[in-house]
Amino acid sequence: MLQQELPGSDERDRLRWQCRRGMLELDLLLEAFLEEDYPGLPDQEKEAFSRFLGLEDPQLHDWLMGGGSPDDPAFAALICKLQTSLHNNPRATSSDT
Amino acid sequence: MDMTLPRRRFDTLIIGAGGAGLNAALQLADSGLRVAVVSKVFPTRSHTVAAQGGVNAALANVLPDSWHWHMYDTVKGSDFLGDQDAIEFMCREAIPTVYELEHAGVPFSRLDNGKIYQRAFGGQNQDFGGPQAARTCAAADRTGHAVLHALYQQNIRAKTHFFDEYFAIDLLRDEEGVALGALVLEIESGDTLVIEAKTTLIATGGCGQVFRTTSNARINTGDGMAMALRAGIPLQDMEFFQFHPTGIAGKGKLITEAVRGEGGYLINGNGERFMERYAPTARDLASRDLVARAIVTEINEGRGCGINKDYVLLRVDHLGEEIIAKRLPGIRESARIFAGLDPALEPIPVFPTAHYSMGGIPTDRFGRVVVPAGEGAEEVVPGLYAAGECACASVHGANRLGGNSLLDILVFGRAAGKDIIDYIKENPHHRPLSEPSLERAVAHLDRWDHQPEKKPAGKGKAKPAAESSVRELREEFRKVMEDHAGVFRTPKSMAEGVKQLKAIRRKLRGLRLKDQSRVFNIARIEALELENMVDVGMAIAVSALGRKESRGAHSREDFPVRDDRQWMKHSLYFREKDRLEYKPVRSKPLTVKGFPPAERVY
Ligand SMILES: Cc1cc2nc3c(=O)[nH]c(=O)nc-3n(C[C@H](O)[C@H](O)[C@H](O)COP(=O)(O)OP(=O)(O)OC[C@H]3O[C@@H](n4cnc5c(N)ncnc54)[C@H](O)[C@@H]3O)c2cc1C
Repeated sequence: MLQQELPGSDERDRLRWQCRRGMLELDLLLEAFLEEDYPGLPDQEKEAFSRFLGLEDPQLHDWLMGGGSPDDPAFAALICKLQTSLHNNPRATSSDT
Repeated sequence: MDMTLPRRRFDTLIIGAGGAGLNAALQLADSGLRVAVVSKVFPTRSHTVAAQGGVNAALANVLPDSWHWHMYDTVKGSDFLGDQDAIEFMCREAIPTVYELEHAGVPFSRLDNGKIYQRAFGGQNQDFGGPQAARTCAAADRTGHAVLHALYQQNIRAKTHFFDEYFAIDLLRDEEGVALGALVLEIESGDTLVIEAKTTLIATGGCGQVFRTTSNARINTGDGMAMALRAGIPLQDMEFFQFHPTGIAGKGKLITEAVRGEGGYLINGNGERFMERYAPTARDLASRDLVARAIVTEINEGRGCGINKDYVLLRVDHLGEEIIAKRLPGIRESARIFAGLDPALEPIPVFPTAHYSMGGIPTDRFGRVVVPAGEGAEEVVPGLYAAGECACASVHGANRLGGNSLLDILVFGRAAGKDIIDYIKENPHHRPLSEPSLERAVAHLDRWDHQPEKKPAGKGKAKPAAESSVRELREEFRKVMEDHAGVFRTPKSMAEGVKQLKAIRRKLRGLRLKDQSRVFNIARIEALELENMVDVGMAIAVSALGRKESRGAHSREDFPVRDDRQWMKHSLYFREKDRLEYKPVRSKPLTVKGFPPAERVY
């Protein structure tokens, strides 16, 4: 219903909302990654990130907190980058954000 | 103004798809009503997913238990501010509610005999304050997710109509005050839609994001609470906000109490174990509120750590790598990821983190929204319901017990669902939509685009609109809340906080959107959320300044003790003129004798 075409809509804006999750931990990591790392990713990894966001919160949380690893190699690479996203991002590391 | 907005009609509208909203929806859809559920994020991304600990019910599967003991603990935990009729109802209903969830498919952890396993948590006792009880039912460490997932699946089966990624803007009410539905915005397209309904349930969850340091997800901006305020409904007991003492500084992520249980301790900027001064015996294991206040006192008195001296340190390195790995799995990874350090080598910077709002939209035990009706009486707002963390039934009073919040959302979500069924039987027809109410809602949205570029009204000091973006103002606001309406409350600081919030409110009125595109305009959503947060923040600050005693989570330096003679009453904050009213606590339970106020010793 009310479907509209999305002329010129920025994929990043769509993803920005997909980074809003039910757990603070995910919000922090996904948002920092989207702002800092995502723009420079090759298309293939961008696509993997978009798929990654389609998964359930506890799954993402487990992987990011070091519990188990995904079968999909593209996800494994993403997870490594996400785990350090807060600390590659100077804005996010200052204690007064 | 364009009033030809698309309209959809349902028997009932539910705003929010967390545990409260989905449990209500399920009762309604199962009874054959047409139910619309609006959620700003996909339902299973609601904040309920974060609840890992579990849900309380006196099933007595592990140790002896009874709903009456559960009730006693809850009344005592509330510091005697909870309504005892609602508390009795919740503790009794806990038992069938958990069994109903089990039938809905929640995979609770089990004992060898097949019964639901139950954990012991703080604040749970047998026999009215006697030995430890074990009352918390959990589905491994994914209780919240398991509940959401099961309820979502059941709702799909029952044909509940979901509006995923729709943002509710404002409630619609007619001239007689009857609830008519809401104006909502589809986030993807930016299109607005009017959802007309015979009843409306607000189930939008908490508002932890109003504080700079919080354990709550970004979506917890108190939208439903602010919608109620704008519709002329007061918020109850907003001064009571639960803080967890150890959040990672600047991030808010919780570091579990278990860390201190295993021997971790706090130090200040001078390297001193300061808890020894505040609680000579319990030290780092003193109650949550006491530890949180001690941390903030150290910082306020200049003994914080870091360049800005704005946090203290939690040491665990002395425990050694092996113990950390064995007894505190997860902590090392969390500290690495969120604080950028290895706790086996370095201490973790911590600060109290805003965790749970005890206050909210006032309701009775049927989930019906109630407002004052002169001289101590209350009346129901026809067709309007609230349940979950956004509501105040009030079962948590001045402090909530662990595991009682999932219980609250499920019990009162269910109760609201059942009451709505009866209401619709008696009120089977849609009422005409009130155009003035719709116009106000549309104007609230449109003002972000069309407001003329001039200085905001009020004192000339406020910055012109363009200088201060929504994000900057949000951070300024959250800092004011943390400094002036957080853990540590002095009259001077609270009054200063209210003053600064008023200035922020003025600045906010002067803001408009730079990017006025419609499609996926997240800046627009964030602007609306900020408006909501500022309204809720003001409710917290004004209510805190008003309550001249210390009770539960509300602690003032100038009135350090509980004062039952004058203050055993609920506060009600009205947005209009930032006004406060009070109403009595309901100390009479439904069937048993009430528990009179006693000193709270643990
Ligand atoms: C880290 C953490 C751990 C916790 N652990 C426990 C625990 O173990 N046990 C326990 O009892 N409690 C726990 N709690 C508390 C408990 O999780 C929450 O109080 C509870 O889940 C709130 O549920 P809810 O249904 O009221 O709201 P939520 O689950 O927050 O859902 C709110 C819904 O409203 C929607 N919404 C909000 N605003 C809008 C809008 N403007 N338009 C449309 N939709 C909107 C959201 O999309 C969402 O669907 C914990 C809390 C935290 C922060």
